[in-house]
Amino acid sequence: MAAALLHGVGSTTPLSSVNYNNSRRSLPERKRASFLIQCYGSLLPGSKIGINRAAKLSTNAVTTKQDNVTASTTSKPGHELLLFEALREGLEEEMERDPRVCVMGEDVGHYGGSYKVTKGLADKYGDLRVLDTPIAENSFTGMGIGAAMTGLRPIVEGMNMGFLLLAFNQISNNCGMLHYTSGGQFEIPIVIRGPGGVGRQLGAEHSQRLESYFQSIPGIQMVACSTPYNAKGLMKAAIRSDNPVILFEHVLLYNLKERVPDEEYVLNLEEAEMVRMGEHVTILTYSRMRYHVMQAAKTLVNKGYDPEVIDIRSLKPFDLHTIGNSVKKTHRVVIVEECMRTGGIGASLTASINEHFHDYLDAPIVCLSSQDVPTPYAGTLEDWTVVQPAQIVATVEQLCQ
Amino acid sequence: MAQLTRRAAALNKSLPAAILAARGLATASTSPITVETSLPFTAHKIDPPSRSVETSSQELLTFFRDMALMRRMEIAADSLYKAKLIRGFCHLYDGQEAVCVGMEAAINRKDCIITAYRDHCIFLGRGGTLLEAFAELMGRKDGCSKGKGGSMHFYKKEGGFYGGHGIVGAQVPLGCGLAFAQKYSKDESVTFAMYGDGAANQGQLFEALNMAALWDLPAILVCENNHYGMGTAEWRAAKSPAYYKRGDYVPGLKVDGMDALAVKQACKFAKEHALKNGPIILEMDTYRYHGHSMSDPGSTYRTRDEISGVRQERDPIERIRKLVLAHDIATEKELKDTEKEVRKEVDEAIAQAKESPMPDPSELFTNVYVKGLGTESFGADRKEVRTVLP
Repeated sequence: MAAALLHGVGSTTPLSSVNYNNSRRSLPERKRASFLIQCYGSLLPGSKIGINRAAKLSTNAVTTKQDNVTASTTSKPGHELLLFEALREGLEEEMERDPRVCVMGEDVGHYGGSYKVTKGLADKYGDLRVLDTPIAENSFTGMGIGAAMTGLRPIVEGMNMGFLLLAFNQISNNCGMLHYTSGGQFEIPIVIRGPGGVGRQLGAEHSQRLESYFQSIPGIQMVACSTPYNAKGLMKAAIRSDNPVILFEHVLLYNLKERVPDEEYVLNLEEAEMVRMGEHVTILTYSRMRYHVMQAAKTLVNKGYDPEVIDIRSLKPFDLHTIGNSVKKTHRVVIVEECMRTGGIGASLTASINEHFHDYLDAPIVCLSSQDVPTPYAGTLEDWTVVQPAQIVATVEQLCQ
Repeated sequence: MAQLTRRAAALNKSLPAAILAARGLATASTSPITVETSLPFTAHKIDPPSRSVETSSQELLTFFRDMALMRRMEIAADSLYKAKLIRGFCHLYDGQEAVCVGMEAAINRKDCIITAYRDHCIFLGRGGTLLEAFAELMGRKDGCSKGKGGSMHFYKKEGGFYGGHGIVGAQVPLGCGLAFAQKYSKDESVTFAMYGDGAANQGQLFEALNMAALWDLPAILVCENNHYGMGTAEWRAAKSPAYYKRGDYVPGLKVDGMDALAVKQACKFAKEHALKNGPIILEMDTYRYHGHSMSDPGSTYRTRDEISGVRQERDPIERIRKLVLAHDIATEKELKDTEKEVRKEVDEAIAQAKESPMPDPSELFTNVYVKGLGTESFGADRKEVRTVLP
């Protein structure tokens, strides 16, 4: 029984009627229209963008409940959650379970979080446990790491992943390397999370993809969530992990709605998710691009192709086990990512697959990434920097000739 | 006083009982002696503590022995570096021993210390052994970080020593994190986050200080002002070299860092203040005889006369020696014997460290992640290994 997935992608702003006067979060204020759906077909360059065309997505497009997912919805009805609510639920369950779990970040406490992920938690757990920090990423990330050294389990929220560039020294040298340089004496069970990726005309500095910069840091794990189900599971797994984990969320995915199980579940940090099984080609993707891929998959299925779609979820380390099994089956790989072409996750994944599964490939791996440009403000230009479903369709058609 | 006997016991572990009795440390009295610090404390936004410090003959002898040990260790490290047994960066602490020793006398092992890369002596003070120190410097398996850290990455978790950090200034936010955890767990202990006059110009220091003051964290920021930030004198790098005043709304105290008793008094005072009122800055006016690191001769930006002048007038070990002799706690000969023992202890430790093997090649991949996570894929309950990733 697959739940119908309604994408609230058109209404991308956080669900708040508060006016954003803060220049840092320069999001246009929009009213939240319930379940506003923007048809991806209209994002093609040159076509008109039709906002109010409600189109229910076919249940085949995103298989969240059918195949290999461990928790089933057949036992209990489950409850519907938006992605940010799923994150909050996971966070709250972990805070309830372990008194050492604490949150720190800008506006996480009294304000409730700029994307509402920590709403209500400060009232429940107090100001010290859900800590409003000043705007000083370098030092509050360092503070989180210092607290983790003593045994606390902090969750550091970057209001936007791009701001964590200021904390790069702390994340790389102290977070990633302290376990090693201390000969195993100190563990750093910290979770660093925040939204990143290209939003709706947020400008270059607020549309960065940090996973490509962080991926070389030894000692950290990186995961990217894409659905409410895996957001909650990955959040819980990240908090329980004794390693430092960076959890990448996406600005445009916070309002996705899905039915999640009532019973407690934790997902596997190192595992990829099989979204759609297929035979002809393996499409590897993560985060927001999963939805572009599934849109393209719909078109491809209509044209007679059978793509296998894997949401890799674990960006460091790659789940080469799942990916490898898929490559051995289909012999063709397309990687669709939102990172830049140069030095992105796709580049690393291409190298990794080539190294391990070269003999199984019938064709060179095709990697579709964002253009190597700062994200422009103009809407049309912004659409062209990111991979669109039409490009994915064209690539697969060409690859499968 | 219990902590002193514990420290004395720890240091004397390797000495046979005969020498112990002969030297009289075991019979040195703990009856209080009051000594005046060399200089009064200068304070910013707070009332300074009194100049009279309570100490005892046992404490003074312990100070002397500890500082002599540290001095000897650093000089030995100098020779080892020149013999190419220690490679990379080696930052020596000789001249600054009083800061470390005075601080230890005022606190316990539940308090945390975190510092930058000039960490060898502080590691010893926190309970590290000479063998662990030398083995780590030479990159051997018996080092405190299994040979994987090096000179700049000494850590001792049981001793409350959080390192050992190479990037200037990055340890101060970590220190505030330690203080945050202490406040969170209601530990009644404090954190000493140490940094130098060079690091005092880092932005993250002020960010961390702001947060510590905002939430009344029990953090004590200790600026070891040896007047040279790497190769640049403090007056050329800082518009306002009054580092104890830089906290603005945070009180500060300037201390003669070459006087172990003044340091002890200041740290005791700071600990009481931090537990009640939040952060405080201590500026230790100290001096390093060596250059910034072993690749720096230390004489291009200062004169040899300056170095020898400080050595003659302000050397911390000499000061304690004079005190001990003035109060008739030990004779000149006994102190010289102590120094000889210390030298022997250091030489033995070096010999033992040289015997220690290099780390096993498989150690390259251990401790990157905890429990192999990241290369293994566990089930959702993290108990069963599903597969090992290639």
